Amino acid sequence: MSDLLLPPEQRFADVIKRHENEDGSELSILNLGPTHPATHGIFQNILLMDGERILDGEGTVGYIHRAFEKIAENRPFYQITPLTDRMNYCSSPINNFGWWMTVEKALNIEIPKRVQYMRVIVMELARIADHIICNSVLGVDTGALTGFLYVFQYREKIYEIYEEICGARLTTNMGRIGGFERDWSPLVFEKIEALLKEFPPIWQEFENLLMRNRIFMDRTIDVGPISAEKAISYGFTGPNLRAAGIDYDVRVMTPYSSYEDFEFDIPVGKSGDTYDRFCVRNAEVWESLKIIRQAIDKMPEGPYHADVPDYYLPPKEDVYHNMEALIYHFKIVMGEVPVPVTEVYHAVEGGNGELGFYLTTDGSRTPYRLHFRRPCFIYYQAFNDMVQGQMLSDAIATLSSLNVIAGELDA
Amino acid sequence: MALEQNAIIQSLSDRFGGTVSDFINIHDILTFEADSESILEVMGFLKDDATMRFNFLTDVCGMHFPDADKSRQFSVVYHMHNWIDNVRIRIKCYLNGDNPEIDSVTPLFLGANWQERETYDFYGIIFKGHPQLKRILNMDEMVSFPMRKEFPMEDGGRTDKDDRFFGRTTDNYTKS
Amino acid sequence: MADSNNINTNAPMPEGYSGEGFFATKLDSVVGLARANSLWPLPFATSCCGIEFMATMASHYDVARFGSERMSFSPRQADMLLVMGTIAKKMAPILRQVYEQMAEPKWVISVGACACSGGIFDTYSVLQGIDKVIPVDVYVPGCPPRPEQILDGILRLQDLVKTESVRRRSSPEYQELLASYNIS
Repeated sequence: MSDLLLPPEQRFADVIKRHENEDGSELSILNLGPTHPATHGIFQNILLMDGERILDGEGTVGYIHRAFEKIAENRPFYQITPLTDRMNYCSSPINNFGWWMTVEKALNIEIPKRVQYMRVIVMELARIADHIICNSVLGVDTGALTGFLYVFQYREKIYEIYEEICGARLTTNMGRIGGFERDWSPLVFEKIEALLKEFPPIWQEFENLLMRNRIFMDRTIDVGPISAEKAISYGFTGPNLRAAGIDYDVRVMTPYSSYEDFEFDIPVGKSGDTYDRFCVRNAEVWESLKIIRQAIDKMPEGPYHADVPDYYLPPKEDVYHNMEALIYHFKIVMGEVPVPVTEVYHAVEGGNGELGFYLTTDGSRTPYRLHFRRPCFIYYQAFNDMVQGQMLSDAIATLSSLNVIAGELDA
Repeated sequence: MALEQNAIIQSLSDRFGGTVSDFINIHDILTFEADSESILEVMGFLKDDATMRFNFLTDVCGMHFPDADKSRQFSVVYHMHNWIDNVRIRIKCYLNGDNPEIDSVTPLFLGANWQERETYDFYGIIFKGHPQLKRILNMDEMVSFPMRKEFPMEDGGRTDKDDRFFGRTTDNYTKS
Repeated sequence: MADSNNINTNAPMPEGYSGEGFFATKLDSVVGLARANSLWPLPFATSCCGIEFMATMASHYDVARFGSERMSFSPRQADMLLVMGTIAKKMAPILRQVYEQMAEPKWVISVGACACSGGIFDTYSVLQGIDKVIPVDVYVPGCPPRPEQILDGILRLQDLVKTESVRRRSSPEYQELLASYNIS
């Protein structure tokens, strides 16, 4: 039996004993989590320590395993968005639209340009919201609460935009198969304009606060680095991969939702350390703002949903007064819609990397199998590798900069 | 020079003959079946060959087909991605229902580690040569494999809902 | 019930007799007043509701206005356990351990549908409500609740705390309640 199958405590106890016998050094075991405040979410790390230096570790995850994939096999397509919301809850709309695009791909639905642009705007807002949390909390973990309190207000502004679009703040459940549930009110555009005007100086100030701050730089440069080769082998995607110097971005590689219409750069880092991850995320916020600006300016006129009565719920007034609408409503809700037998893999650039949906249908109203490629889950396994030989306090900063979201990690 | 699907099919069949089959293009992703014995070689070839260059393992997941033939009751689906030519590929390996076993691809991709553990956790598929094949998301004490179709979604022991009043059973797979 | 619609930074005076140079009231009221306005929260945040709690404690909603300025990440120095998010069965023993480590008097707020009842996750791996493992004082519904709702939950708890007898924790009813959860 492999040594690694033993519980980590037992495994490390053997190492400690061996060291004591060999050279008299005293190692210790430290249990970090699952409710440690610095871990932002619940995962346990049992670390083998030499003083304050980490020699080895083993992570335990699954503390909020909620069985998304099992639930998804028992729910009609339109009831799966609430699940995707709760995966990466820092940027729910990206998950929502990723799921809708997967379904649309499976059903071969053509989406109006206007809807695609609207989706791009919301997804980029969500990316900003995600990076605000990650970067400001990295500040908190290295000892600067100010930035967090300062930029979090603007997260509220983004929530207000979501609220105006769909009525919810955090778990948005936004959109339908084929588009949005309603058209955007003028207030949405006003709020986005206000954000585009007010947010950049704040973000600039946040950047000034940390980017060239001596303490912050000392705490993050060369902390938890990962090489590009290793990052690829570990399946890194998103900002964490780009910090290691690889310019892989799903938005550019396989454009979806008309991302090819917009001009933006992919910021890349060099050394893959905590500081580079911070800088890449910071720069991505600027790029997102650029994309939103372009999308607003180029926003075409047109319908806010595709003309697919088989899948798009008719307006409620029509259901009460119109026979056809009632029939469609009934059919959609009861799951009598035609679903081709197919399989689809669709990926979007989530807040943390390539968020993939692998959907297999068998012609019934529910997926036969739905697998989520959750970027957090895949790159978090590199954590032990990254912190070995580092100080404990560096491990906290590394974890924070990886932006591991427990909901996405554990599914 | 982009990598054409026909070229991939050609070189795979040339090299592996009968162990790879059923090439089909579904929604722009070339999908094929590989013999479960040969997965490590096929994937190694796709990764290291100078023209294939599938350098990234996107995803590993399992599937369960309880109604299929005994020899094809489980499958492991791999998604790979060539970042240089931007081509995706999907490999499927069907496994025996009684004794689902397949080689681990962790020697090729470090990232396969947890994904294979997850697949083991959900389906009970044994990955031979995996360094640390134990449960990851569920509790270590659990004995069954929850993503198998016969496993009920809802906890059978719960007391807050009486299924008779909801017109359903806890077993969601056996549809009446 | 106290009039909590008026948010007042000065805690209202408890009932009592006052005359020239003296004010007489029950010890219960004074202790309750002090406790209610300095509840130290232990944020046990597991998922989405935790992000809403972050918003609650950040500058926009500022939970510090209600005497909960100090987040206590040590269970030994916390009064109010805020359970936010899904508690999976794997997590349940840990939640229980954290509760047991808290010193009396202690209160529990269950924030969000998942903590209250399991929410939309009616599955094999999720605990169907934290009241299966620990006693709960206030339930806050919502998936996730808005920060205002979380604040309201804290205010409701303050009402409970204000009127709680100082002897409640040694009463046979309370011992019985703990015994029913196998907590000694």
